[in-house]
Amino acid sequence: MCAKTLTIDGNEVSAADDATILDAATEAGIKIPTLCHLEGVYDIGACRLCLVEAVGIPKLLPACTTKVVEGMNVRTDTERIRKYRRINLELLFAERNHVCSVCVSNNHCELQTLAYNHGMDHVRYDYLFPKWAVDTTHPRYGMDHNRCILCTRCVRVCWHVEGAGTLNTAGRGARSQIIADLIQPWGEADSCTSCGKCVMACPTGALFQRGATVGEMEHDREKLEFIITAREKKQWIP
Amino acid sequence: MDPLRLATVWMGGCAGCHMSFLDLDEFLIDLAPKVELVFSPVVDAKEYPEGVDLVLIEGAVCNEEHVEMAHKIRRRTKTVVAFGDCAVTGNVTAMRNQLGLGNAENVLQRAYIELADSTGRIPKLKGIVPELLEHVMPLQEVIHVDYYLPGCPPPADRIKALVGALLAGQTPKLEGKDIKFG
Ligand code: SF4
Ligand code: SF4
Ligand code: FES
Repeated sequence: MCAKTLTIDGNEVSAADDATILDAATEAGIKIPTLCHLEGVYDIGACRLCLVEAVGIPKLLPACTTKVVEGMNVRTDTERIRKYRRINLELLFAERNHVCSVCVSNNHCELQTLAYNHGMDHVRYDYLFPKWAVDTTHPRYGMDHNRCILCTRCVRVCWHVEGAGTLNTAGRGARSQIIADLIQPWGEADSCTSCGKCVMACPTGALFQRGATVGEMEHDREKLEFIITAREKKQWIP
Repeated sequence: MDPLRLATVWMGGCAGCHMSFLDLDEFLIDLAPKVELVFSPVVDAKEYPEGVDLVLIEGAVCNEEHVEMAHKIRRRTKTVVAFGDCAVTGNVTAMRNQLGLGNAENVLQRAYIELADSTGRIPKLKGIVPELLEHVMPLQEVIHVDYYLPGCPPPADRIKALVGALLAGQTPKLEGKDIKFG
């Protein structure tokens, strides 16, 4: 395996041949904000929070799905990027119903944290206020489409870590949604093993343990990391 | 220096933001000589006056009176602050928007008829009970807002940071956890 050399925010960085810009930055201790990225499952570039600039390329590149190129000069924190990240976050809030004050994930939410860390003190777009249901048919977990950002982290852990293949996406555009089996109530989806990895993977209040009330839903991400490390490195490190 | 002419207004919110304002404790005593509270739910003024320097508006815009009031406030005030999540995002107050067309009627029906003990009646006196809007709006959809103070309610020290900066003639700059919703 040969290494590649590139520059990220003025730092000379070397990265494995097949590394993504996100891998290279993480390795070098440079933090790029992400939402749909989840260690242990493949990336799909859905949220566009990780957009970066590369000198000489006019369009912005998603760091999680763009492979490094020899000699590349990447910038992760310019005014232009900050502008687009904020627009992105505001659109996520405007598209569904995020009422943080009454949300199970209040104070434990990746979307909420990214929003305040990016200076989002209000949303400049008109809220859509769509009508979405909450599925509480599963005996242990609930799914609140109002809070879903369609990152598909739940779908990817369900298929590629648990291997159950229960969760999926259906529909198009803003009416896309996460479904269980053949668009059934989650509680009737026979393939679900009730492992709860989707709930651990979810960055927002969209997937939750039943019985969790406002602010109580902490996603137990360490447990998922433990399982993924065990799978990838054959090491059981608590 | 003349005291700052301060107003606080209560629109479609639960009064929690005003409670949080009262929670400023001893800062209220520091504030007292520096401001003149010209209009507020906690003082007895009937009409929103002219020449207000700073207003904190709690609550979303959800009826016709709120719309009228918001425009009047904007005309008569130098600096307008959206005070709390309902003013900034619509928050819980705007959840009825999710019910789509006819939501105002549905909400009234539920609150005043279905949940009434025996003599349910929707309050509808023209000129006394303002009509609900079909669509609840955050403040910035109706008037220009100068500063945003999110939080449900904004904690007292967040209010202090913003009001303190404005009193000192500085541009307030809330960031990080100080602009967290919820
Ligand atoms: S999912 Fe996150 S951003 Fe959305 S309402 Fe809940 S806490 Fe707020
Ligand atoms: S339910 Fe959660 S993990 Fe799944 S797509 Fe929605 S926000 Fe992402
Ligand atoms: S983390 Fe790269 S697009 Fe979502």
